[in-house]
Amino acid sequence: MTTRFIEIMVGLFVVLGFLALFMLAMKVSNLSRLTDNDGYEVTAYFENIGGLKVRSPVTVSGVRVGQITSIVYDADRYEARVVMRIQEEHNYFPIDTTASIYTAGLLGEQYIALEPGAEDDVLTSGDTIEFTQSALVLEEIIGKIVVKLTSG
Amino acid sequence: MITSALQNIGARALGVFESFGSASIFFAKIIAAVPRALTRPRLIVKEIYSVGVLSLTIIVVSGLFVGMVLGLQGYVTLVDFGAEESLGVVVAMTLVRELGPVVTALLFAGRAGSALAAEIGLMKATEQLSSMEMMAVDPIRRIITPRFIGGFISVPLLTAIFTAVGILGGRFVGVGMLGIDEGSYWSQMQANVDLIDDVANGMIKGVVFAVACVWIALYKGYSAIPTAEGISLATTHTVVNSALAVLGLDFVLTALMFGDL
Repeated sequence: MTTRFIEIMVGLFVVLGFLALFMLAMKVSNLSRLTDNDGYEVTAYFENIGGLKVRSPVTVSGVRVGQITSIVYDADRYEARVVMRIQEEHNYFPIDTTASIYTAGLLGEQYIALEPGAEDDVLTSGDTIEFTQSALVLEEIIGKIVVKLTSG
Repeated sequence: MITSALQNIGARALGVFESFGSASIFFAKIIAAVPRALTRPRLIVKEIYSVGVLSLTIIVVSGLFVGMVLGLQGYVTLVDFGAEESLGVVVAMTLVRELGPVVTALLFAGRAGSALAAEIGLMKATEQLSSMEMMAVDPIRRIITPRFIGGFISVPLLTAIFTAVGILGGRFVGVGMLGIDEGSYWSQMQANVDLIDDVANGMIKGVVFAVACVWIALYKGYSAIPTAEGISLATTHTVVNSALAVLGLDFVLTALMFGDL
């Protein structure tokens, strides 16, 4: 076993290790999505956010355009304040855009779906989305149905 | 009767403290010798070969099979909920966060840690270490520290290889054999695995386990009773203590990294 052979094998080993790390970074994790950091932030208020989380996606027609950056409770408005960051190239949303919280699939994660309005002015950094639709809470719906059934 | 029982407990406790203390001094000596050892990279390369390259086979084969089993078991469970598209997330999260670092460290302790302890124990038993001291060569600097650095470099790389191979194994079963959509396997994974929260934390675990396993193996070898029986005891203790240390540390690290404790 010559020194040369050992050094070649160690070199191969180290290259293999870094290739594996590279694969974990590029193919497995969300490195390709960290570029979401450049973009503009808009705020929306919801009565109920359901299971929405920070880093949940923001979509338009099902296409991902950004993500949630923070969720806090606003004591002045008695509503949840959701800040989302939208990618720079998607700077064409009218100011009367609607933000709704939907669920992906029956048990899937929740996300914000934007529906563009008709105004000419567009949303820019720091703007607030006025029209929002809260998450559907299953218990509320069942409660309403029960009330309707028993009162009718 | 009671006093002698108490004395027993006391003596044992003192023994544990003593071995912790001398292991810590040993560790400090290794760390102090690291800069000097780095000036002789040839020695380190040789150690990376014997603890890293030679462990590659078992790491790759185990990683492949662990990934394949995860793929199969995950599929069987998820398909009941109609969520088999999430298989990629299940496989990747399990491997990146837990199984990759832990199983790699356990295999490393069995494959390389025991060999390190036996090698150094035998060097001690055949008085190679003391004859080195006679020649004014510090055995810590010449023998111990290069092995420490070799293990420290090898284990995180082995962890990355294990995890990557496991994810490919899960893909082989999920996409290749069970017919999940390839795109959703990878895209769901990318949507849920975070580079810092998951991949980087998993690698930090690998580094911590590397230090623990190599430290235990080197200390057990260096402090072995220089007889055939002592060496066999040292290798056994190396594997047992490494496994316990890895599993215990894993819980602490998981609680710190992912839990809200």
